[in-house]
Amino acid sequence: MWKYILKRIAIAIPVLIGITIIDYGLMCLAGSPLDMLVGPRVSEGALEARAVAWGLDQPFYVQYFVWLQQVLTGNLGYSTTSYQAVSDMIASHLGPTLLLMATSLALSLVISLPLGIWSATHPYTKRDYALVSLSFVGTGIPSFFLALVLIWLFTIQLGWLPSSGMTTLGTGGGVLDVLRHMVMPVTVLTVYYTGVNLRYFRSSMLEISQQDYLRTARAKGIGERRVVWNHGLRNTLLTVITVVGTEVPMLFGGSVIVEQVFSWPGLGLMTMSAITSRDYPVIMGVCLMTAVVVVLVNLVTDILYALADPTVELK
Amino acid sequence: MRENGMLRRFLRHRLGVVSLVIVLVIALLAVLAPVIAPYDPTAINPEFNAAPSAEHWLGTDQIGRDVLSRLLYATRTSLLVGVLAAGLSTAIGVVLGLVSGYFGGVADMVIMRITDMVMSFPYILLVLVAAAIFQPGLWNIILILGFVDWPSAARLVRGNVLSLRESGFVKSSQAAGMPGRYILFSEILPNTAAPVLVYFTSVVALSMLDEAALSFLGMGVQPPDASLGNLLGDAQSLTILTGQPWLWLPPGIVVVVLVVCISFVGDALRDALDPTGK
Repeated sequence: MWKYILKRIAIAIPVLIGITIIDYGLMCLAGSPLDMLVGPRVSEGALEARAVAWGLDQPFYVQYFVWLQQVLTGNLGYSTTSYQAVSDMIASHLGPTLLLMATSLALSLVISLPLGIWSATHPYTKRDYALVSLSFVGTGIPSFFLALVLIWLFTIQLGWLPSSGMTTLGTGGGVLDVLRHMVMPVTVLTVYYTGVNLRYFRSSMLEISQQDYLRTARAKGIGERRVVWNHGLRNTLLTVITVVGTEVPMLFGGSVIVEQVFSWPGLGLMTMSAITSRDYPVIMGVCLMTAVVVVLVNLVTDILYALADPTVELK
Repeated sequence: MRENGMLRRFLRHRLGVVSLVIVLVIALLAVLAPVIAPYDPTAINPEFNAAPSAEHWLGTDQIGRDVLSRLLYATRTSLLVGVLAAGLSTAIGVVLGLVSGYFGGVADMVIMRITDMVMSFPYILLVLVAAAIFQPGLWNIILILGFVDWPSAARLVRGNVLSLRESGFVKSSQAAGMPGRYILFSEILPNTAAPVLVYFTSVVALSMLDEAALSFLGMGVQPPDASLGNLLGDAQSLTILTGQPWLWLPPGIVVVVLVVCISFVGDALRDALDPTGK
């Protein structure tokens, strides 16, 4: 077991290093920090002096290591539009995004797990086809289109729900107010993830139901219900770990669009406004942070999976 | 004989057949857009913000362009992006997956670690950053989507190759001293074609969704070119949302119908191509 965990960590390290190289490379592609200084008031000589002072005359790998050293001490640079530290900006916007992500992921699991299992235990029936078809509709609706339809229905026509922000302006907020603002963005994200997860759980449960140990359980005559709940479900729960692990990067990405439409004050909205104003330190800081989080989440889920299922081996 | 079996299994998937017909009809309309569009998609008509009428079936937009004509051209653009981006990413993924799975060793390790790296970044974020750096536009979007989306194809093909390499018929060819090139291209590649085709179909749908999202955020196909995403992006204002549903409902419905139908076709293909499935 320890051998597996150590091996898994050994794989994660080059990936983490690669991520920092990709991130730094993209930032270099985006342009030199000197570009912001260029103008009639700055002479050629002054620019060169700046380049030397900032170490831009050094070869790429030296610049990379200087940057990496700063990143490791928590310095992700400063925004070119608001001059705030990128790490502070990320810290202050992370909460609302995590709130959206966690709620939608949890809701979609609660809905899709029983439906997926039901579908798999009644395969190729009319209702199974209906559920699977519905799940394709759920993943096929662009999130921003569903968002527009919801805003049209619940904000414009019915006037029930607020369509932007996290709290009502001018009020202190409060839990109920935040909940009301959360309904539509969470619905949009949940519809998509329920669609994805339902098919995931269905095929995993279908695969499990063809395994020998289920056949043995059936042959023992313990009753279909106990076969499904005691033997099948426990193994399907294993796939929940995998699902959560693979969906974290998607959730970070999905929040960009949903937060943009609903003006939800999270990481996605911050990133999108950084992208439109070409604020590269902020963009690359967010990319780096999310990629590192994703690698760590994958590492943790793989280790959890190995702890839960001793037959896992690293190939 | 085998082809007949596949066709029969596909035809038995009724939803898949209906979806295929719908996709083909929409694709035909899109391809024929220059012939059947009632107006030039960029031509400005005297009446703007007009509701649907006999002259303009889907009304006109803020500056008087015919919405139906723009919708036809937008569908054409979105399908083009979907098919080309999916083709590019699948091609890259197949090549890397074949090399990785068949040759193994250092090549496999390097390719798989790069795959892990690219997959660690949230996909849409990477695409948005690339669009910001390389400037958004039709061809750049196709290239960006194609070059960012290959890792899952590479993993799929690698996994297939690994299991095929252990199969009896490949082992016997190796024992018979067949050259590696023959085994790779005449035995392994044809046998991964089925899952790759299914994968390609689903990626066409996903790429269309990505294009729509990017264009909606203003980082995709740029106006005056119409795409389903930027038609929807124009509808973000409250006045359009409340007063002019003909501007945002049709492109939204076309995206949903196309994406859902293409997914159903992919699902039917999976059942048809995989005889062990049922």
